[in-house]
Amino acid sequence: MTLSEFDSFRPAEPARRRRQDGKRGPGRRRDNGDGSREMPMVPEQEFTSYYGRPVVKPAPWGDDVAIYLFLGGVAAGSALLGAGGQLTGRPTLCRNARLGALAAVGGGAVALVKDLGRPERFLHMLRTFKVTSPMSVGSWILSAFSAGAGVSAVAEIDRMSGHRLPLGPLRKVLQAVEGPAGIEAAVFAGPLAAYTAVLLGDTATPTWNAAHEELPFVFVSSACLASAGLAMVTTPVREAGPARNLAVLGVVGDVVAMKVMERRMDPIAAEPLHQGKAGAMLKWSERLAVAGGLGALLGGRNRVVAAASGLALLAASALTRFGVFEAGIASAKDPRYTIEPQKNRLAARRAAGVTGDAITTGS
Amino acid sequence: MGQLSGPTDPTADARWEHSHPRKGFFTDTSICIGCKACEVACKEWNHNPQDGDLELLGSSYDNTGELGASTWRHVAFIEQGQERIIEARESGRALVNLGMPRIGPPTQSAPAPTNLAEADTTPPDTADFRWLMSSDVCKHCTHAGCLDVCPTGALFRTEFGTVVVQDDVCNGCGTCVAGCPFGVIERRSNGTVKVATSREEQHANHPEVPNVGIAQKCTLCYDRLVADETPACAKACPTTSIKFGDHDDMVETARERVSALHAQGLTEARLYGANENDGVGGTGSVFLLLDEPEVYGLPPDPRVPTADLPRMYRRAGMAVAGMAAAAALAFLGGRA
Ligand code: SF4
Ligand code: SF4
Ligand code: SF4
Repeated sequence: MTLSEFDSFRPAEPARRRRQDGKRGPGRRRDNGDGSREMPMVPEQEFTSYYGRPVVKPAPWGDDVAIYLFLGGVAAGSALLGAGGQLTGRPTLCRNARLGALAAVGGGAVALVKDLGRPERFLHMLRTFKVTSPMSVGSWILSAFSAGAGVSAVAEIDRMSGHRLPLGPLRKVLQAVEGPAGIEAAVFAGPLAAYTAVLLGDTATPTWNAAHEELPFVFVSSACLASAGLAMVTTPVREAGPARNLAVLGVVGDVVAMKVMERRMDPIAAEPLHQGKAGAMLKWSERLAVAGGLGALLGGRNRVVAAASGLALLAASALTRFGVFEAGIASAKDPRYTIEPQKNRLAARRAAGVTGDAITTGS
Repeated sequence: MGQLSGPTDPTADARWEHSHPRKGFFTDTSICIGCKACEVACKEWNHNPQDGDLELLGSSYDNTGELGASTWRHVAFIEQGQERIIEARESGRALVNLGMPRIGPPTQSAPAPTNLAEADTTPPDTADFRWLMSSDVCKHCTHAGCLDVCPTGALFRTEFGTVVVQDDVCNGCGTCVAGCPFGVIERRSNGTVKVATSREEQHANHPEVPNVGIAQKCTLCYDRLVADETPACAKACPTTSIKFGDHDDMVETARERVSALHAQGLTEARLYGANENDGVGGTGSVFLLLDEPEVYGLPPDPRVPTADLPRMYRRAGMAVAGMAAAAALAFLGGRA
């Protein structure tokens, strides 16, 4: 603390204490972060913004991207189930999961390309590899995953059609690489499910960025329960045991990760997760996930209950993805979610004596 | 790849093997008259199409709105009464009194912040009304969120330390739009240009919008810089509110200017982006503001998201391990 003549201009003590209180409280301070206000009786001022216009821009992404988040997760989990089925001798589970993985990853890739401003340039995604860009890393993960998922699914299709695909001598090659391809896809499954969380976290979009610590856990859990749900729909209960287990694990992970995430996030940046359309979707997502998980746990050996639970789980995962997606877009459109958390963290750093890292300086 | 945060020379990080000085702006909003010559010059030089529907936005003399794909300079207008001016003065004074450490070696020209003590700022020197005008532009950040997250390499760091999109490489994925902490870069859509039928013929043949679907922003007039020319906006500015030059000189000029204003008692003056220890490693475009940044629509504490990327990748790695373990458990565990 300096001892200058200007100390007389320093805010009165109550105002200073309020600043520290604000740090512990829910962070709803309205005192401009500079402690200059001394009249606590006056209703605290709304935060300032430039005519209420957003500070950051929302990603120009439509529902296609949310669909991709969902389908990518389904594909990733399915590849894991497929590899598991392959290794533990569950041919039906393996077949259905492989087909599911290819269909989901194919649909997801189409949605992604459709969302580009210049879809015809989608291959530009692979003209370089950039670790600083989760989108670049993800494009390579998606490509590697698709190769394995594609080969193993084509092998299944060939088998189902009684070896009628016009493959010629390539059939032997296909049958030889089918197993390794399934494993390769499973290796890239986890990264495929998790990178989308980094993609959202590594943005200036307030809600996504504030969620970056826990979002990967939410997304892999959601991928597990969605793919398990799909397998429970497509596969007879006899072979679907692992899918039921995965469903239960996924639901537990999803619910816990979501709760931890909401608790650890900046409270203001977390608000869009509870409001409006996004809030409703996330609430229903949790309900459906719990219902589907209970169904899998208690009635999963009944074909009808299994299929119904599976559908509930798929819907739950889709709602999670759409909910998180929408909450982020909403947070970018409202300047409050950019300005208030930033002002609060700046004030908190200043209160802790860190004054050298602000973008606004007096000299 | 250079470092992800903190002070650095972005040109060297991008592996340019030469010694071009980093270029930048110093936008001194205290002498901006809000003429918008910069906006016009930028549009003209870069052939940027009309943005929006020419409506009145009800925000003082600002009917441009915000920076965007087709608006690379934006002049903000803010009307303030005396109460707000006094607040701005106090918040500026608090900034100085915080004892911000100077960045870099101290200079002789800039008086010590304590000189402020001699300033007489008691009313009636405080006006009862003022207009703030500020020409906003891409910050050409030291650690540019847009550039970091671009998957195609369309965004690149030029030899002048600026950040530019290559129109022929960008595939419009839009990642950069979400990656910019200042809301500058935007993907250009073709839906915004509607030409009123009542207008004259030359307007009816509105030229086709170029670069639809591609992310667009200020290039710091890369095409002019390579020809050793001043950027169009700086050249057009009649008051020298927009100054262009070597980044180091710009920061120095900004520091001198803010101390000069402080010495006149204008404690509301403060710099934005001149601190290389801030969340984006300092900006290439430095501003002198007369109120808190959010008043102008600027983020108060921007942080390049990529600074946390290593941590995000670690968390994702843990999640991947968890997912693999869950799958293994599902197959090996009981009940099945
Ligand atoms: S202000 Fe935004 S668009 Fe400009 S360089 Fe920085 S991150 Fe990129
Ligand atoms: S929209 Fe273009 S410039 Fe922006 S991140 Fe995608 S490829 Fe790069
Ligand atoms: S430097 Fe060039 S592109 Fe950037 S705002 Fe000025 S005129 Fe426009």
